[in-house]
Amino acid sequence: MELVEAIILAVLAASTPLLIAATGELVAERSGVLNLGVEGMMIVGAACGFAGAWLTGSILVGALFGIIAGTLMSLVFALMALGLAVNQVATGLALTILGIGLSGLIGAGFVGERITPAVHLYIPVLTDIPLIGRVLFGEDGFIYFSVALIVGVWWFLYRTRAGLILRACGDNHVSAHALGYPVLRIRTFAVMFGGACAGLAGAYLPLAYTPFFIPGMTAGRGWIALALVVFSSWRPGRLVVGAYLFGAVTILQLHAQGWGVGIPSQFMSALPYLATVIVLVLLSRARTGGSTAPAALGTVFVSDR
Amino acid sequence: MQAHQRMLDPTPKGQNSGESPLLRTIGLTKRYGDLLANDSIDIDIWPREIHALLGENGAGKSTLVKAIYGLIQPSAGQIRWQGQRIVLSGPSEARSRGIGMVFQHFSLFDNLTVAENVALGLDGQESFKDMSARLEQVSRTYGLPLDPKREVWQLSVGERQRIEIVRALMQDPKFLILDEPTAVLTPQEADQLFIVLERLKAEGRAILYISHKLEEVKRLCDTATILRGGRKVETCNPRLDTAASLARMMVGGEVKEVKAVSGRKTTVPRLVVNDLSLAPSEAHGVRLDHISFELKGGEILGIAGVAGNGQDELFAALSGERLAKDPGTVVIEGIAAGHLSITQRRKLGAAFVPEERLGHGTAPRMKLSENALLTGHAASGMVRRGFIDTAATLKTVDRATETFDVRKAKRDPEAASLSGGNLQKFIVGREILRNPAVLVASQPTWGVDAGAAAVIRQALLDLATAGAAVLVTSQDLDELAEIADRIAVMFHGKLSAPLATSEATREKLGLLMGGSSLEPKEVAHAAGA
Repeated sequence: MELVEAIILAVLAASTPLLIAATGELVAERSGVLNLGVEGMMIVGAACGFAGAWLTGSILVGALFGIIAGTLMSLVFALMALGLAVNQVATGLALTILGIGLSGLIGAGFVGERITPAVHLYIPVLTDIPLIGRVLFGEDGFIYFSVALIVGVWWFLYRTRAGLILRACGDNHVSAHALGYPVLRIRTFAVMFGGACAGLAGAYLPLAYTPFFIPGMTAGRGWIALALVVFSSWRPGRLVVGAYLFGAVTILQLHAQGWGVGIPSQFMSALPYLATVIVLVLLSRARTGGSTAPAALGTVFVSDR
Repeated sequence: MQAHQRMLDPTPKGQNSGESPLLRTIGLTKRYGDLLANDSIDIDIWPREIHALLGENGAGKSTLVKAIYGLIQPSAGQIRWQGQRIVLSGPSEARSRGIGMVFQHFSLFDNLTVAENVALGLDGQESFKDMSARLEQVSRTYGLPLDPKREVWQLSVGERQRIEIVRALMQDPKFLILDEPTAVLTPQEADQLFIVLERLKAEGRAILYISHKLEEVKRLCDTATILRGGRKVETCNPRLDTAASLARMMVGGEVKEVKAVSGRKTTVPRLVVNDLSLAPSEAHGVRLDHISFELKGGEILGIAGVAGNGQDELFAALSGERLAKDPGTVVIEGIAAGHLSITQRRKLGAAFVPEERLGHGTAPRMKLSENALLTGHAASGMVRRGFIDTAATLKTVDRATETFDVRKAKRDPEAASLSGGNLQKFIVGREILRNPAVLVASQPTWGVDAGAAAVIRQALLDLATAGAAVLVTSQDLDELAEIADRIAVMFHGKLSAPLATSEATREKLGLLMGGSSLEPKEVAHAAGA
């Protein structure tokens, strides 16, 4: 019983940074921008988030630092890929390399320091319910926020006019421009939102997951978040399922090692990517029409004004 | 001459003498770098008027309407709306003032629903539910049926155009711009559209109708403004002019008449298609459905039909871009070729001119000589022991340039640097200089200026006269009537029995293009002709 609860708690904690980062990237990609720099934005968010929390002693300030750092990183991307119409794939990869270097620089002075991690919710009686009590009522604030975030994004994309316009930019930027929508401005906001989410997801790691900073601590989570967006076929509902599934795989991998199961851990680490490939194949086979990916994804838009 | 009367007398229709023009441009100029896309254009649009904007590709029609719709800012000059000078910040301001536009290349979103597409074209003051209800009401009122919940990729071209029109009408525009609306319609669908336009005119709205189909303009429009090379040539009443005089004003000179040699002799069958069926290769593709025809040397077969009815798929099957299971379905020069590759088919004497000039017909960033090599390597002696004979490729470029009057800045420029008409002349020339036995050309004069189109049509006729079998796919019925001996129609992947061109009236072709079948005896009669 306690083991099950422990595993669920661990899975939720492992899934949350994936969910937050992938939510942001989903919005960016829905507007038609492929930002491969998620890993870079996350790791800078982690370093800055830890720095903020260590300097002020406040987890909230740390989280804000992470968000601001991720947003600033995404602005570099927006300037290059949207403002100067540089190839998005190359810009995104460069952003990741930049982020890894930058985070090492920022975080160098903080390696070995510790902070008090984010507190977990405690409601008497409710949190004490066996099995589900701690899962539902005993988490840290980030986890509740991540759920609210994805619900909010779903509502925004499918229930608001602004969301419709954003999806339209991702489907056909030429038409969106012809109808008078500011494609580049909308995409810049979407990219900034993606950056803010990636920064927050990165900050989650040293602020709540492990209460210290080590260089390279995102350990490929940004790439998993990118795969997750494809896995979800750009739909918020499937993104939640995918995030917890991928989180579960990560935890499973740790436990499998602990139990001495004879599956190489490298294989387990590769599982999310393998799952993404399989889902892509299944989706394209089952497809009746239309395109699953935003049709303008990754294409450069230059206004002729 | 009418232009002068018109300019002196601001009330041309002799009525509503108190009215002023709804929209007026004065000295409107748009400069892109060194290019004057619009050079000081004055145009007056009156209420209750269908005003044609005529001109060739590159004459400045699109630039002018983009400026009127607020998509681009004019470099100089002004736009007056209901007597007052306006500076449009963008299309949404144009829409809110009562200017609507239906684009030639639809500004639709394939993966969104009809209702979502319409919502995006409005300014969003009403709820989505109210908007959907109003959408149904407008589409009923004007006889433009639409299902708001369907996604656009599922719809036909005609239905897509309806979305654009309904979207524009939902803003209750005083002035509606239509950019080549009939380019993608069957003659019958075009007639339906004209009824809607007449009704809009009767409601007091003004319409700016961009077209290069002169007969259509003469039939529908009250006034015509002709642009050439970015300048206004004339404003006139198209009903009082002949199509030939309008064409002269558009082109700025006589359009060379295409001369067919009468009594061309047909020889042996050179391209035969036997019961060709092919599943689509893409999600939205068309299935080729039991296509059969026989094309003899010395003959031109035209294939008409609304775009997207399997013409692209047929081209791919004939050129060898897609292979048929049964080799006997495509026979070139008496040899079963259905299973052969493009190069092998070229070696049999076939040549192909695809619809898309840049990207399919040529590699845009490669030089013309390299592009000549791409289709000529198999059978034209440009490769020796695996090495490119550069001199031979350049010679091909020179010959094509000379024979087909290809105008370019230097001897061997990149394909993308040529204008559409010149590049198309080069592509057609490149293939014809190989002396093909069979030429398959898809939309050979699409988006090409009238002069180049005449050169290309003449080249196709000459090729047939020299004994080759020529297959031409086109959406321009006038073009097919001009050069083809027989015309067949594609609809939903099926090919109708060919009609002799003399028998193929617009009505008959229109029926076939819309999927109706002709009376059996007519087909039999035509086949016997």
